[in-house]
Amino acid sequence: MQIYVCVKHVPDSAANIHILDRDRIDENVAFLLNPYDEHAVAEAAALKKAFDGSEIIAVTLGKKDAEKTLRSAMAMGADRGILVETRESCDSMVTARALAAAIQKDGRADMILTGKESIDAEGMQTLFRIGALMDLPVLTNAVNLEMGEGTARVVCELSGGMTRTFDTPLPCVIGAGRGLNTPAYPTFPDVVKARKKPVDVIALEDLGIDTPPGSARITGLEPLVRERTPEAITGTPAEQAARIIDILKNEAKVVS
Amino acid sequence: MKKIGVLIEMENGGIKTANFGMITLAAKGNATLYALVMDDIGDNCAAALAQYGITTIVDLGLPPDPALCHNPDIRSRAAVAAVKELGLDGVFGLSTAEGRDLLPRVAALLDAPLVMDCVDVDLESNTGKTSQYSGKVMATIQLTGDIAVFGIRPNAVAAENAPVEAQSLSMNTGADLSSPLALVSRDAGQNDTAAASLAEADIIIAGGRGMKNGENFSLLFECAEKMGAAVGASRVAVDEGWVPYALQVGQTGEKVSPSVYMACGISGSIQHFAGMKTAKMIIAVNTDENAAMIANSDYYVLGDLFEILPELIKQL
Repeated sequence: MQIYVCVKHVPDSAANIHILDRDRIDENVAFLLNPYDEHAVAEAAALKKAFDGSEIIAVTLGKKDAEKTLRSAMAMGADRGILVETRESCDSMVTARALAAAIQKDGRADMILTGKESIDAEGMQTLFRIGALMDLPVLTNAVNLEMGEGTARVVCELSGGMTRTFDTPLPCVIGAGRGLNTPAYPTFPDVVKARKKPVDVIALEDLGIDTPPGSARITGLEPLVRERTPEAITGTPAEQAARIIDILKNEAKVVS
Repeated sequence: MKKIGVLIEMENGGIKTANFGMITLAAKGNATLYALVMDDIGDNCAAALAQYGITTIVDLGLPPDPALCHNPDIRSRAAVAAVKELGLDGVFGLSTAEGRDLLPRVAALLDAPLVMDCVDVDLESNTGKTSQYSGKVMATIQLTGDIAVFGIRPNAVAAENAPVEAQSLSMNTGADLSSPLALVSRDAGQNDTAAASLAEADIIIAGGRGMKNGENFSLLFECAEKMGAAVGASRVAVDEGWVPYALQVGQTGEKVSPSVYMACGISGSIQHFAGMKTAKMIIAVNTDENAAMIANSDYYVLGDLFEILPELIKQL
């Protein structure tokens, strides 16, 4: 199987985010492979074990530094990487066009895996756009994947443990959810090996993608802080419980 | 005047309450509102939609076969057909679990821009406000193009009555729709209503490391039942196997905006706040006075949850 895994280089969720010029973030923070994409790479590695002769290609759109995230994906099992290099951040309509074009230029995908969302922009849509552009079925928040003959059975999670099970023909696009697998941390030899794996760098301009009929542009960023002034509820546990109920009833008005 | 389609989400045969706040938000844009209905709604439901400002209720006419009408691919194709036929300028839908599997499909098929999980939308400038970077940043995102799609965070906007006369319109968008995806089965999980409604709950009572084990969560469930709350959990509680992943609130779990979030034995990591910092009120119960959850609360009890919760259950 030829498996493409779309990955994203994102700021660590524990990083302090500083806003510059009110519309971009200070990128001088730790970046890593988007956590949901780790599940996608781990699933690809499991598929490669099950299907002899498979190849895993990690694809990303990003600045030069995003090569590090490709190396992380390669340490987890990807055989090679493709970096579509850009100087500017792109919206998901451009990103999907770039990733689809890079995949189509490279080979024939039997499956495209990615995370169900990125933890930076949290747009939740690029995988669907890749599917629409390549005319492939898309499933998101996958928590189980079973391969058939040219098909896959995918269990997707809704909220509250509710799931839906789908049969899809291959190729298809699958967005990994957290329940899909438990990614193994790469060993030191894996990391060393990953340094020697090939990475193709293509400039976004050289992919010749068309201009999308719409766009999403960030016009403002502000720190999200809600000033709260904590007020202690004191007394015996019985008094404290009574005060909480009073707050729920009379201030928040959520309990009658 | 812009023409906006609002995708209506159903629950147990009725209209999900969160729809009404979304309709109120759309109505603020001085737009003509079309309810795009994909499921069977009765006359009562139709009347309820008109109460909030919907002027046309559009039945998309999906096939009755559950394998077809619950297939998100078919639903999105029906919605796209309606958007095109009605010549809509925008589409609103809830950023619920269902919506996350529907709205991006609609936007992708329309090749139209989309902002998910908006807490506010300004239709005049076609901008949406949504949180990014684990809830650390509020972004204003402007959409350009012929059609703009907005996913609305449940409970972000309070519903306001704005009654109008609504007309009904039947479309037959679903008649010859097909999908490469076959919906094999739907499983309600443990059929736990407390879990099912986490994202849309008005009160959430959540437990973390301080709960000590899975059995103790029964205290939270009991309390939640009496309050009409949903039960949530921190990542620690989920990773320890105390409660299923479906209950996780945070960066890699559910993102919620309830009126009240009561955090029991949750210290408050950045990743946890990413999922609940937009709660209108936070009540913390913790034994550690230095817990971030206490510093970021509106009310806090510095004490033992095993003393407070039984009292709450007794008094409620």
